[in-house]
Amino acid sequence: MMVPLDFVTIRDAALGGVLIGGAAVGLLLVDGHIAGVSGILGDAVRFRRGWWRWTFLSGLLASSFAAPFVGIAPVVPTHQLGLLGLGVAGLLVGVGTTLGSGCTSGHGVCGLANLSPRSLVATVTFVIVAAATVFLVRHMPIWGLW
Amino acid sequence: MRPALQSAALTAVAGLLGLVFGFGLLLSHMVDPARVAAFLDVTGNWNPSLAFVMGTAVIVAAPAFAFARGHRRSLLGVTFELPNRFNITRRLVVGAAIFGVGWGLSGICPGPGIVLAGSLNIGGLVFLAAVIVGSLLTSLDPGNQ
Repeated sequence: MMVPLDFVTIRDAALGGVLIGGAAVGLLLVDGHIAGVSGILGDAVRFRRGWWRWTFLSGLLASSFAAPFVGIAPVVPTHQLGLLGLGVAGLLVGVGTTLGSGCTSGHGVCGLANLSPRSLVATVTFVIVAAATVFLVRHMPIWGLW
Repeated sequence: MRPALQSAALTAVAGLLGLVFGFGLLLSHMVDPARVAAFLDVTGNWNPSLAFVMGTAVIVAAPAFAFARGHRRSLLGVTFELPNRFNITRRLVVGAAIFGVGWGLSGICPGPGIVLAGSLNIGGLVFLAAVIVGSLLTSLDPGNQ
């Protein structure tokens, strides 16, 4: 059952997407780089040359503190897992995005915007697998494991 | 443009854009794992709003990529190096699937993970640390980048 969406939710989703897309446009046309967060993060922690990665990541890190100054309300996250689970999931995300050369911003936004069949395959794959994972966890508890 | 000035401009612009990107993640609620999980919970109480996030982002970004495909350099003189669009490998699919499991379990992907970590949310910090560890571990296999 789809939850009814109100105007504010759709508006904020669309505006958020405009900001994300706009940032990707800026990073590409001004700096010549792809706004794929897993790639930028991965290259940064491998100390690949380029201060721009660190400033971009710093901007991301600081965004929640700067957001109120531009009228964006703080978001209180509701985690789906405990700390151990988040550690395991984080490992999977780190492994998967490195092997798969991208994440929702790299493949899902930049790749699709670039009309890349490679990114389409990647995006369809991770969305379907993620949805299947949620389905299993929420609707098919198995053998009392969860 | 003098190299030092170019480098400073690249660095500063990237910082500003990281901030803007983060604003987009916050405004759209991509940083709320519950909202992401609700988007992925297609057979349950499905909240499709995140489709609008990716949809508008792709629409906004598409013309810029079309421009980049047809030109050599960015505004600040950096040569465009767009990834290969047609190289579909088993590693790509396996990696995407593994990422999908992690994303489905936690409701967090790298960008939101960084924003959450920056907000000093404990779960976000743990998640981000694990992402970094997972990424580096993957490189231990010389077959991976």
